[in-house]
Amino acid sequence: MSVNHGSKRITTGAHYGLRDWLAQRITAALMAAFTVLVLVQFIFTSGPVGYEEWAGIFATQWMKFLTFVTILSLLYHAWIGIRDIWMDYIKPLGLRLFLHVASLVWLIGCAGWAVQALWRL
Amino acid sequence: MTETARQRPEFRNINAISDLPNYRLPAAGWVSILHRVSGALMFLLMPFIIWMFDASITSEISFAKFAAAFNVGLGFIPGWFMKLVALAIIWAYLHHFIAGIRHLYMDSFHAVTKEFGKSSAVVTLVLSLGLTVVLAAKLFGLY
Repeated sequence: MSVNHGSKRITTGAHYGLRDWLAQRITAALMAAFTVLVLVQFIFTSGPVGYEEWAGIFATQWMKFLTFVTILSLLYHAWIGIRDIWMDYIKPLGLRLFLHVASLVWLIGCAGWAVQALWRL
Repeated sequence: MTETARQRPEFRNINAISDLPNYRLPAAGWVSILHRVSGALMFLLMPFIIWMFDASITSEISFAKFAAAFNVGLGFIPGWFMKLVALAIIWAYLHHFIAGIRHLYMDSFHAVTKEFGKSSAVVTLVLSLGLTVVLAAKLFGLY
């Protein structure tokens, strides 16, 4: 059995991308379900949808719970997707690291903003 | 290393400007690259999406501001341009959503025949573009 830890750790091979692949699909399914849930509530609102009706969709505690889960799913999903784009096209290591950090800052900042808007309601 | 192994052709001379426009992608190829483009677009426009969410749910006043941004404009940006940006997001979301369902379906049922890849790609493109046109008509007040 060869050593596979520390500096000898193999960073490619079986299962290495499985977690991200699975996370990408689970977060996608969660967001798709949430989209349908909001659409159904939107469509089955009687009369024209104004501020009261629209904000009312997100105001209940269980919808806040689910919206929060969706925001975090989006954060994770977008991180995996954007990171893959940088890994495909950007080869210089320093530039890639910078773009990774910039993407994380962008995404975490956006998630914070969305959560703030949600929990203020 | 043998002579043949060293001479294995490698294509690293693809020019994004002169070569890419001449590529003739199959339908599944279009779905694939547009999946990436739509994802990147939503990533870049994320602050605008959250601004819309924030403004539309915070208060009556912010909701009126949100609505006015598309009717009369926001600052120096005219309303029709705001609608175009919203339409770009609508297309990106529809394409990403439908192409994503296609992915999940293929993963779940191992539907990886060449025929299904093509037909499902065509369905994805027709549905996403069709729904975008329908919603564009609604957005610009045609019905």
